[in-house]
Amino acid sequence: MRFLLIEDNKQLAEAVVDRLILDGHVVDHAPDIQTAHDFTATTSYELILLDVMLPDGDGRTFLAQHRKQEESTPVIVLTARSQVADRVGLLDLGADDYMVKPIDFSELEARCRAVLRRRGGVAQNLLPLGDLRFDSLSGTLKFPDHDVQLRTRELRLFEVFANAPGQVFSKSILVDRLFSYDDDVTENAIEVYVGRLRRHLKNSTVKITTIRGLGYKLEPE
Amino acid sequence: MSKPAAHGSIRRRLLLSLLAGAAVLAFVVYFVVQTVARQVAQESQDNVLAASAQSILDGARLSGGEVNVDLPYSALSMLDSISDERVFYAIHLEHEFLSGYADLPAPEGDPSGAPAFLSAEFLGEDVRIASVRRRVSTGAGRSYLKVSVAQTLSGQKLVLSRISRISITIGAGFFLISVFMAGIISGSAIRPLDRLTASVSRRGPKDLRPVAAPVPTEMVPLVASLNSFMRRLQQSLLRSEDFIAEAAHRVRTPLAIVRTKAEVIQRVSDDPETRKALKEMIHAIDDSSRTAGQLLDHAMVTFRLDHLVLEEINLLHLVHDTVERLRPTSELKDITMQAFGEQDSVIKGDPILVQNALHNLLDNAVKYSPAGSQIDVVLALNQNEAEVCVKDTGPGFPADELDSLPKRFVRGKNAEAVVGSGLGLTIAKEVITAHGGTLKISNNPGGGACVSLLFPLP
Repeated sequence: MRFLLIEDNKQLAEAVVDRLILDGHVVDHAPDIQTAHDFTATTSYELILLDVMLPDGDGRTFLAQHRKQEESTPVIVLTARSQVADRVGLLDLGADDYMVKPIDFSELEARCRAVLRRRGGVAQNLLPLGDLRFDSLSGTLKFPDHDVQLRTRELRLFEVFANAPGQVFSKSILVDRLFSYDDDVTENAIEVYVGRLRRHLKNSTVKITTIRGLGYKLEPE
Repeated sequence: MSKPAAHGSIRRRLLLSLLAGAAVLAFVVYFVVQTVARQVAQESQDNVLAASAQSILDGARLSGGEVNVDLPYSALSMLDSISDERVFYAIHLEHEFLSGYADLPAPEGDPSGAPAFLSAEFLGEDVRIASVRRRVSTGAGRSYLKVSVAQTLSGQKLVLSRISRISITIGAGFFLISVFMAGIISGSAIRPLDRLTASVSRRGPKDLRPVAAPVPTEMVPLVASLNSFMRRLQQSLLRSEDFIAEAAHRVRTPLAIVRTKAEVIQRVSDDPETRKALKEMIHAIDDSSRTAGQLLDHAMVTFRLDHLVLEEINLLHLVHDTVERLRPTSELKDITMQAFGEQDSVIKGDPILVQNALHNLLDNAVKYSPAGSQIDVVLALNQNEAEVCVKDTGPGFPADELDSLPKRFVRGKNAEAVVGSGLGLTIAKEVITAHGGTLKISNNPGGGACVSLLFPLP
């Protein structure tokens, strides 16, 4: 996905950009409202991440102008202020959602997905894998004759495999990618979700194979 | 808010002083009319009596040292004409009684010949007596002749009582008109004060604009100090709000930088030890940022509760909004969240605070529920309250703690327990209490916790 990040704190912006790139996204960074307008004028984004306090104005100002120009790009507001105080007006001004810093990136991903799903207008992002196509937005495995709707954890696990077919992922890496930092889960929990994915892929050419002592990998054919 | 103690009422005081003045004036009017009328009546009677006595005296002749007195008809008829009074007379030469009623008391006549008057009782009746005298020369030498005429007072009393009635009526009428005027005057004097009161009390708690409407000169200092007070209040409110927002920004931005960088390194690192350390670090950052967030939220909630603005809230919409807001978080744990409730119910409250309270309950439920479980938010209407119940299928509350749990949320008591997850419930409890409702904690019969917000219906 192509993101526009509007954030004046340079260190935070760099870290967020790095983090989003790790998930395979493309990110442009605007440190102020003026630069943000320049970016949106020339490039089309799938999602805008907007900080509330900016050097040349309030994030709400950008939001209001953005909506007035009938830009339909969804906006998720990142606020560092009190959740109670900032709710006022943000959603009314046309923000699609908001998150309180520090951002949990799994949550950001989930919120992006939810916003994009709600908007519904995004071009279908179908990834062909063997005999199926993977719709990461809706979390669907599209087989020639039927669809399988994945639950969130199955979806996120499948996404990890699907973005790097053939790469071996250890259980500990998968635990880190799949569970929030709050969850106290053992690596065995991964086996449960791998088991569920294998059931969904029973009649497919796509297989998740176990590499003993190393982990799992996805084989399309 | 406590009602200021009232000491007296300007309107009543004004009204009472106006009425007291009017009463005094009415009494004076009555008294003056009464006195003047009495004097006039007395004087006219005296004049007639004196004229009558004078005409008798004028008719007295001296012949050969003897005194001859004819009672002229006109002398007594002029008295009769006034009313059916009884008339008495007496004629004395020096101290010798000549004619008439010997016992009739008589004032000492004035030697100059001017009439003298006396009020006395005679034959059981009040009478007014006039005497005139003149010097005469008799055989015995110089002497004086004195004529006294008396008339009963019953007719005059009648007149006087009529006059008295009239003066009472005049006095009372004067008083009634004064009452009416006093009502109007005190009303119009107090009106600018009423207008100011209305314009200030109509405002919401956050409307701190200065009073701009013109007021009478006497009220200018009051309004000026009111305006300056409101300006100071507004500045201090803005400062508190800004302070909380600024504090949140200062705390969260560095935490966000550290957390994001840690996550990046954790993702790219191949070393399990590093990854584990970073994971623990991120966990700690999340912990502290959640606590900081809740403390700041708590400050903001307390601040808003102090200036509670009540609006109509559609509870069902609010429940659905809040559930949708948390759905992405719950989906990360494959938790299914559902909101039920068929009837629209409207309560009075601060929507942001109520939403925050419910958000805290839901957040707790998501945090403590196992992956893949279910959370139901049920809106039910009882007779006089609306209940929003958050049911999860988590471990529930320990049975022996159910009773003591609500007590832990009493502010100030064991603050240690409040920081951490307790604060979310504390916020919820404070919000619901400020809205006149209650927080109920129980366990579901089938397992799991059930936390309810009970709102009174308007």
